[in-house]
Amino acid sequence: MDRDEQQLAEAFDATVAAEGRIEPRDWMPEGYRKTLIRQIAQHAHSEIIGMQPEGNWILRAPSLRRKAILLAKVQDEAGHGLYLYSATETLGVDRTELTEKLIDSKQKYSSIFNYPTLTYADIGVIGWLVDGAAICNQVPLCRSSYGPYARAMVRICKEESFHQRQGFELLMTLMAGTDAQREMVQDAVNRWWWPSLMMFGPADGDSPNTQQSMAWRIKRHTNDELRQRYVDMTVPQAAALGVTLPDPELRWNDERQAHDFGDIDWNEFTAVVKGAGPCNAQRLAHRRAAHEGGQWVRDAASAYAAKQAERATRRQEGEVAVA
Amino acid sequence: MSMADDVTAHPEGEPDIRPGVTPDRTWPLYEVFVRGKRGLNHVHVGSLHAPDDHMALHNARNLYTRRNEGVSIWVVRADAITASSPDEKDPFFAPSGDKVYRHPTFYEIPEDVPHL
Repeated sequence: MDRDEQQLAEAFDATVAAEGRIEPRDWMPEGYRKTLIRQIAQHAHSEIIGMQPEGNWILRAPSLRRKAILLAKVQDEAGHGLYLYSATETLGVDRTELTEKLIDSKQKYSSIFNYPTLTYADIGVIGWLVDGAAICNQVPLCRSSYGPYARAMVRICKEESFHQRQGFELLMTLMAGTDAQREMVQDAVNRWWWPSLMMFGPADGDSPNTQQSMAWRIKRHTNDELRQRYVDMTVPQAAALGVTLPDPELRWNDERQAHDFGDIDWNEFTAVVKGAGPCNAQRLAHRRAAHEGGQWVRDAASAYAAKQAERATRRQEGEVAVA
Repeated sequence: MSMADDVTAHPEGEPDIRPGVTPDRTWPLYEVFVRGKRGLNHVHVGSLHAPDDHMALHNARNLYTRRNEGVSIWVVRADAITASSPDEKDPFFAPSGDKVYRHPTFYEIPEDVPHL
C-alpha cells in the first residue's frame, strides 16, 4: 500500500467509524467492494427467484381480491430485485453479468426459495414467516455503510411491511375457516418454520465473513442475534394465530429474557445451499427459460427505439413529411 | 455504453441489431428523479436501463412509483450528467470554506433590536 492509498484507506475508515456513508465514487478497499457485490447480488437474485414459489399460485388464487394482492406482491419482488441490481451497478458490475452468473450457478440466492409451495396456505406462511425473517435481516441494513444499498433497503423495508401483513391476514382468514383449512395452515407452518430459521445463515461460529462485514458496517448484527430476535418476535404471533411452531424445545428462558429453541439441521442447510434442495434445479431452469424466452422482447424494444430515433432524425432533416 | 455503439439505424430504416448481444447490456443507464408532490424538488431515487427516453420514463413509473410516490418523473441518461469528483472534494468546495460572512450568524446585533 503506497502513501496515497494509505491516506485513502484512513479516510475510508474514518467515514465508516463516524457512521458516515460511502458513496459510489469514493475510494473503497477492494474487499469491501467485493463483499458488497456478493451480498447485494445474492439479495437481488433472491428477490427475483423469490417470485417463482408465489407466482406458482397467481392463476389459482381463490378470489379476485387474493389474486390482485398476490400479483402486487410478486411485482414488488421484481421491483426489489431491480433496486438491488441498480445498487450493485454503482459498484462497477453490470446487471446482465449478474443475471448470467445466477443462471450459470456462479452466484447464490437465498435457499428458502428452493422449497416448494404446496398449498395456498404456503402463500400466507411465506408472507408471515419468510418475509418476517427477511424484515428482521433487512431493517438493520437500512443503516448499512454503503449509501446506495442502504437507500434501496429503506424502500424495500417499507414495501415488505405490506407483504408480511397480507400473509398474516391470509392465515387469520384460514384459521377462522374449517378444520381442514386450519390443518392446512399448521402443515405449512411445520414445513416453513425451520427453513425460515436457516435464512439467517450459519451459526456465528461458522460464519467467517461476519466479523469483517460488521467492522465495515455492511452488516450490523450477527446471524445468531438476528435469528434470536426473529424467534422472539414470532412466538407471540404464532400464539395469536393459534398455530404451533414445530419445535418441542421452544420455550421462554426467564434468565436470558429470550426464547430457547432446538438445534437447526445444518446438514439440510448445507445440502440445500449446495443444490440438493427440492426445487433448486427447477428454479434455475425456470429463470434461464424466462431470460432466454424474453430475448425477443428486449430485441423488439431495441428495434423500436432505433426506429423511433431514426424517424426523429429524418423529421429534423425534413426528409419525411409530418403526418 | 451509448446505444449508438451497438444499435445503428440501417439506411433503409431497418434497425441493425447485432446478433448475440443482449440488449440490456447495451441499453443506456438512466438516473431517475421523482417529485413526491407539488411544491417539492425532484429527488434522485435510483436508476434503470432502457432502450430510449420514452421507455425509460414508463419503466421508471412502474419501478419507482407503484404507491403514489410521485406526481412527476425526470429520467436523465447517466452519461449526460457531469459530476464533481469526490477525490477533489476539499479543493473544489474550498472557496466557500473561509467565507463565514455569508452566514447570518457572522453579524453581531444587539438582542433588543426586533425582527433581525
